[in-house]
Amino acid sequence: MTRRSLPGMLAMTAASATLLAACGQAGQADGGSGGGGDADGGTTEISMWTHSAGNPAELEVYEQIIADFNGSQDDYEVVMESFPQGAYNDAVVAGAAAGDLPCLLDMDGPIVPNWAWAGYIQPLGIDEGIIDSLLPTAVGRYQDEVYSAGYWDAALSIFARESVLTENGIRIPTTDEPWTLEEFDAALVTLQGAGYETPLDIGAEDAGEWWPYAYSPMLQSAGGDLIDRDTFLTADGALNGPEAVEFFEWFQSAFERGLASDAGTIGNEEFNNDEVALSYTGVWNALGSLEAAGDDLLILPPPDFGNGPKIGGASWQWGISAECADADGARAYLEFSFQDEYIAAFADKQVVIPATKGAEELSEMFGEGDPLQPFVELSQLYALERPPTPAYAVISSVFERAGKDIMNGADVQSTLDQAVQEIDANIESNDGYGF
Amino acid sequence: MSSDTTRGGPPSGRLGTPDQMAARDAERVRSAEEAARRRRRRKVVGYVPMVLLALFFLFPLVFMFVSSLKPDAQILSDIDSPQAFLPVGDISLDNYSGVFDRVPVARFILNSVLVTTLIVGLGVIVNSMAGFALSRLEWSGRKVLLTVIIATLIVPFETIAIPMVYWVSKLPTIVMENGVPMYDFGWLNSYHVQIVPFIANAFSIFLFTQYFSTIPKSFDEAARIDGAGWFTIYRRIIVPLSGPAFATVAILTFLPAWNQYLWPLMVVQQEELRPVMVGMQYFFQINPAWGEVMAYTSLITLPVLVMFLAFQRAFVSSIASSGVKG
Repeated sequence: MTRRSLPGMLAMTAASATLLAACGQAGQADGGSGGGGDADGGTTEISMWTHSAGNPAELEVYEQIIADFNGSQDDYEVVMESFPQGAYNDAVVAGAAAGDLPCLLDMDGPIVPNWAWAGYIQPLGIDEGIIDSLLPTAVGRYQDEVYSAGYWDAALSIFARESVLTENGIRIPTTDEPWTLEEFDAALVTLQGAGYETPLDIGAEDAGEWWPYAYSPMLQSAGGDLIDRDTFLTADGALNGPEAVEFFEWFQSAFERGLASDAGTIGNEEFNNDEVALSYTGVWNALGSLEAAGDDLLILPPPDFGNGPKIGGASWQWGISAECADADGARAYLEFSFQDEYIAAFADKQVVIPATKGAEELSEMFGEGDPLQPFVELSQLYALERPPTPAYAVISSVFERAGKDIMNGADVQSTLDQAVQEIDANIESNDGYGF
Repeated sequence: MSSDTTRGGPPSGRLGTPDQMAARDAERVRSAEEAARRRRRRKVVGYVPMVLLALFFLFPLVFMFVSSLKPDAQILSDIDSPQAFLPVGDISLDNYSGVFDRVPVARFILNSVLVTTLIVGLGVIVNSMAGFALSRLEWSGRKVLLTVIIATLIVPFETIAIPMVYWVSKLPTIVMENGVPMYDFGWLNSYHVQIVPFIANAFSIFLFTQYFSTIPKSFDEAARIDGAGWFTIYRRIIVPLSGPAFATVAILTFLPAWNQYLWPLMVVQQEELRPVMVGMQYFFQINPAWGEVMAYTSLITLPVLVMFLAFQRAFVSSIASSGVKG
């Protein structure tokens, strides 16, 4: 019996090993995704990761740029791998742990200082002329060094219907004279009285980076901030000072009075269906609302909470990994890619604000007289980057939690004090993150 | 015979008159019918909660399939009405075509089927052998080892994920270059990095060990007298007697293997090697495409449903015999 079972066992082991080896071979067939390497014909392969999987419009532009670049010279071949956005940062962190980052990778603007501090990316080192031509918020800096650059930015605004404001005797704000907090609050109360059960879709049903992106500019407009930007060593006084407390008390009361809600759906459906009168949302939702409201749509500046309106700046940008074996090739690609025609293509296909003046003119949506041109103005006037510190990753999650607690009725001062304590403890345990 | 019968009258006494007997028979029939009716009523009453419970568990699936046929706006507007569970309104297969435009679904499903099949197949072999060694063979330290194996159950995977990524990126492998096998390092971007770490499973080993311990050791002794080796005893005696344990382990291994997300996300960068759950993230852009999410979920749920329906009997019997639910 033993004699018969041994060959069976060996066969089973061999079969398993063969199967796994075959699997391994299948996986290895296209090579890894590490830094540059020699491809056929002496060209050097430049690996590239994007967060754009599942976004065919964005991928189409990248594929075009890569095809054009690869066809324009014989030294480098860019090879792209795309990841879904929600999983992208985890993939990069894992890649960094395994020493398997690509040469080129994109990243959300606020994370740039953290990845620079962690040693994932190196100074960008591309032509200064290109950097100078971009919107300031499309450039990622850490400790005065440029680490990333992007083709576009996004902007938030208040969407409204002109007819609704006019019928209710509400002044239409302009960039010269935006709504004050009192006016904004009074407008919401008036609209609630006019039959809008929840007059403002403030987007509180969303989660993650949306919270600091959307609400920290309101805090900054009120005179507070996420951190003391002079030292980047403490949030004390910025996030829990009297201005911040005053803003968050209004924020809390807006939910208590039913002026805003955390119900509803992510996106702009409620505004498009005229279920809410005002929507605090981004440029990416503008086409749908233009379709729904037509000429009646107003793209309004956000309210002035005391220190001028503010909106969040910095979107996805490109950097070069620290371990890239052929950074010159990566730079050559990036310099090639910052052409107005590509930037305009991104802007029109993605509905985002082009980062250069030339692309703005080429764009069918953001040029002079185009329907989404107001976003360019809002971005230029009010965009403020989120604090360029490696601590931002922690600040972001702490701010979201504190904001949600306050929305749900927590005591404002003690919640903000607790948030400051957490942020400061993190900064201290990381020796100030280089500041 | 009773005295009543001898007088030529109708039978009486303990059995009573024919009329009385007929009445008793009728009463018995009535009682039987009444009992049958009561049983039917009890059965119906018993079925009502079961049907309601079945509907309760069916609702998410019905919602998913029905919503996969509707445009996003209609899914959101139907959500607070019974229409959410009905295929009414603007019904089409557009979401399915959208899914195929956005994601290589067939490739992802194929990858998941391959990875899951191998994890389950190799898992039941390796873990049952480990369970056999721990429960049937006498060797010093086996109890300590079993304790250590069980202790690993309390370590969450997320805490060891990053070190594991580091280690698998350093493991040796063989790659073919121009038809020549070459020695190399790094398991990232492969199928085997998604399979090998999940073949050995502490809970499966524990389950097999416990189940095998219930089989009388006299079977082993008889087989040994007949000249059987340990592997023969495992293959010819233990395995055939442990169907429910194998079914339980297969099911408990299948579901997490099919639902793998974090690990493949970290170790696989090439799209053509990704499993289905990573593909789900493709639909969560700035504004989620809910219709396509539902269509994709429907597509990737089908293999699980087919698997469950095919092994339904084994699934139920394994729960009944092992007391373990997934």
